[in-house]
Amino acid sequence: MTSPENKTDVKPDTKKDPDKEKRKIKSDKKMREIMTAYYIEAKTPKEQTGKKIAWITSGGPVEPLQVMDVIPIYPENYGAMIGASKMGVELCEKSEEMGYSSDLCSYARADIASSTVNGGPIGGLPEPDMLICCNNICGTVLKWYEVQARYYNVPLFILDTPICHTEFNSDMKRYVVTQIQEYISFLEKICGKPFDYDRMNEVGALSIRGQALWQEILDTTMNRPAPMTCFDAFFHLAMIVTLRGTQTAVDYYESLLAEMKERIAEGIGMLPHEKYRLVWDNLPIWYRLRWLSNKFTDRSACLVADTYTSGWCSSMKYLDENDFLGSMAEMYTRIFLNSGTDIMADNIIKMVEKYEADGVVFHSNRSCKPYSLGQYDMQKLIQKKVGIPTLMIEADMVDERMFSESQVETRIDAFIEMLK
Amino acid sequence: MITAGVDVGSISAKAAVMKDNSILKACVILTGYNAQNAGKQVFDMVLSELGMKASQIEKIVATGYGRNSITYADKAVTEITCHAAGANFLNPEVRSIIDIGGQDSKAIVIDERGKVKDFAMNDKCAAGTGRFLEVMARALEVDLDAFGELSLSADHIASISSLCTVFAESEVISLISKGEKRENIIAGIHASIGARVMAMGKRIGISAPIMMTGGVAKNIGVVKALEGKFNTSILVSENAQVNGAIGAAIIAASLN
Ligand code: SF4
Repeated sequence: MTSPENKTDVKPDTKKDPDKEKRKIKSDKKMREIMTAYYIEAKTPKEQTGKKIAWITSGGPVEPLQVMDVIPIYPENYGAMIGASKMGVELCEKSEEMGYSSDLCSYARADIASSTVNGGPIGGLPEPDMLICCNNICGTVLKWYEVQARYYNVPLFILDTPICHTEFNSDMKRYVVTQIQEYISFLEKICGKPFDYDRMNEVGALSIRGQALWQEILDTTMNRPAPMTCFDAFFHLAMIVTLRGTQTAVDYYESLLAEMKERIAEGIGMLPHEKYRLVWDNLPIWYRLRWLSNKFTDRSACLVADTYTSGWCSSMKYLDENDFLGSMAEMYTRIFLNSGTDIMADNIIKMVEKYEADGVVFHSNRSCKPYSLGQYDMQKLIQKKVGIPTLMIEADMVDERMFSESQVETRIDAFIEMLK
Repeated sequence: MITAGVDVGSISAKAAVMKDNSILKACVILTGYNAQNAGKQVFDMVLSELGMKASQIEKIVATGYGRNSITYADKAVTEITCHAAGANFLNPEVRSIIDIGGQDSKAIVIDERGKVKDFAMNDKCAAGTGRFLEVMARALEVDLDAFGELSLSADHIASISSLCTVFAESEVISLISKGEKRENIIAGIHASIGARVMAMGKRIGISAPIMMTGGVAKNIGVVKALEGKFNTSILVSENAQVNGAIGAAIIAASLN
């Protein structure tokens, strides 16, 4: 097994080359410090921090946890770290030994296995006091969290968000809002203290601010040359996922945005030559970020936007700062992964137009069925509506056994040749 | 202008030399263990058959899986783009290409200038490729070159349903033990390749005229199976196997 590289994998080798040094994003270091501090606090014995720990799905409503001073932990974020550290295969194999199917999502496999051996780059996640599962991202998380609730013998709260194939209606809203009230009672019971609604307003405002900043950062790539690529977004994303609703995230993103604006003012792009602009769909291939980033960079192709990282701000428009709890139901139900293929395709088409992309790269992800299911249809819709080339890469976000280098390389090369 | 194309695939390496839109010579050898060597050897071979020296070739394009190991080439271009250029050269009417090579199968849709509009490839699986046929030939103890002819005398098509090469091989073995005729089994193998390729082709909107390229195009049984699936006749050039190398040589002529 190769040594853990953590997410440094995102960055090309920058030793000594002044041009590369200039292109490096300075905020990366700060980001690493914040994420390290977050995991150190979470792994500090609970007697010292006095804080409970909740494991929560990536699309779950985290803000009430912040209100209750509970530390949110994201097994999916850890799955990404496991993937980027190239420790995924070992853990996936372990889970298969335990009896799980290799067709199961590799985040679930890696997490379930990691729990039993304290695996992964930080030697396992801190044990949870409760589990919060929201099925707006997929159905896999239900069974995955049930397994973990049994393993750790802790309470599990399930927030069921109906799929919005085309619309979100008042019945849906009532259904989800009721559950959010139950969620709050669940937290009050476990934490043994009443829910602070004033604090909720503060956290809600910070969440909205964080999402708005994240969107602004992603939008800096509308500039030519783009000051960052989606490979950078994959790295800086961790903050809006794990620390959404905190001042830390807001402060960090303010400084990152300022750096992006500076880069734009100075004309610094992430690529030395930006010839083609592309949109990425689906989760990153965590163990191949650097390889992929280099492949596209060498071919002067800049991945200016992606559907994945924008997933954490794309339904922000449904939030109402004056009624965060009430509007949160709609926001969390209407995330794009919980919508129909037409809406998902439309989302990509809008990105193509907004970021003036020349092509779309689809990662057909063996793990993530809800994300990958409609991709062939989306390909067709995109070709029909905007008439630009698309590329399909078959892989998996964490399980390297699903990746074939020469196949992927040939496809990327042929795709770039089509753009010419 | 004299140019060359070298196509190093997983099973065979091909080289073609062209002069102003006509093919001077093309050669094929087995790739074997060392792709770089094979690329060198096949190029030397085509030169010696022509009695030419490397210095007489103005531009060289390498393609195929070994394309990046051909150090003497001026440029590496994928086999997808090269097959498109080659097919367009052989027959400008062609709008779609089915290329079945050693380790992959591809469907390519091209425009009237031979530019790739869309393509699909098999994923990380050898089913529906030349290697798949090799495995089956071994299981049936039949020379692969006889596969095509034999399948034409089948009285029905044996069913082979597994998508996995290894499982399909055991299906074949169990058909043999049940006393199924060899010809029928071979026809079944061709039908299963046809079904795979059809799914890929439909996905990208393949349309006639369709040309088949790559080494497997020499197998009349696979061609017939594909014609049945796509419900149209399929063009096969005598240069099918070296089409990628020809395309590479054509692209070489456009390099400056
Ligand atoms: S199936 Fe997809 S959405 Fe669900 S946990 Fe896995 S990667 Fe996430």
